[in-house]
Amino acid sequence: MHELSLCDAILGTTIERAHGRPVTQVTVRIGHLRQVVPDALEFGWEVVTESTDLKGCELVIEQVPAVVQCQECQDETTLDMPILACGGCGSFSVTLLTGEEFLIVSMQVAEA
Amino acid sequence: MGRIHLHADGTEYRHDHDHTHDVGDHSGYADTGTVRVDILENLLSENDRVAEANRSAFDGAGVRAVNLMSSPGAGKTALLKRTLRQLGASMRIGILEGDIATSLDADELDGEGASAIAVVNTSAGFGGECHLDAVMVRAGMTRISLADIELLIIENVGNLVCPAEFAVGEHARAMVYAVTEGEEKPLKYPVMFRAADVVVVNKIDLLPHLEFDLDKFLSNLKAVNPTAQVIQASARTGAGVDEWCSWLTG
Repeated sequence: MHELSLCDAILGTTIERAHGRPVTQVTVRIGHLRQVVPDALEFGWEVVTESTDLKGCELVIEQVPAVVQCQECQDETTLDMPILACGGCGSFSVTLLTGEEFLIVSMQVAEA
Repeated sequence: MGRIHLHADGTEYRHDHDHTHDVGDHSGYADTGTVRVDILENLLSENDRVAEANRSAFDGAGVRAVNLMSSPGAGKTALLKRTLRQLGASMRIGILEGDIATSLDADELDGEGASAIAVVNTSAGFGGECHLDAVMVRAGMTRISLADIELLIIENVGNLVCPAEFAVGEHARAMVYAVTEGEEKPLKYPVMFRAADVVVVNKIDLLPHLEFDLDKFLSNLKAVNPTAQVIQASARTGAGVDEWCSWLTG
């Protein structure tokens, strides 16, 4: 629901790092536990870039599944539900390996 | 149209274009005189910088700041009213009210014993934000004299999703959860439940009238947040308010 705010943040960082160079693409990496709706993010991106130099710039969203490692049996589980439990033995003693990513990874800019 | 690719490591990639490319290889994008520039910055790093500055301001003034979150109608304002009656005489408390529109919650608290109340309406921008962020709280702080308070309670916008993502400079996060909301919500809104240091399970006076399974709720909560403190309370009867107040004052 706050995808528009996130797009504002992505736009701000991109403009700052681009130093006036045309940007054709921005890549973000978002873990499943962040509850971001990709379609809403894409829509928000169109809205916030519309009136800027970045109009038409593509937003690439890398979604990262939530993966936990069990501290008891060492099994790794990719979560379908946000329940932090081992799929093997059911233990709640798990370490989150991925799924909380919230990163602006890179951008494509025109070569000077 | 967006596209979704599923890579070998399970990572999905969405693109707004139609051409295909080799799994794991994005070099095809650099074919028209563009160059890839790494950014590797957290999406919320700007918010987090402001939040850090807010926290420094709180620390400098000796103020403990608590971010209070819940869904709409869980009883944040009612609990605050009780809190002010209980602590207002012995402690100088500031309230920062976040709401999409109106000052109804602040009006409700007026005269209950707070030293200062400020309202931050989040509707100033596009359609009304669903959460408070660090910049909004910074704006609200200019309307409260930190030197005159010891505790600042930041009442966030009622919403179980967004407020959890935005640090505002708080020292601790509290969540109010009403037993009328059902047992399964921790599993549906894990970001919020994982963010909370304490969960106040409110409206327990209604338990005899509900089919709410408290043990099931507590085990769902434990599944997403094993370390959260749980306080069973009723803002209406006053049950659990002592325990809440002692957590609140740190």
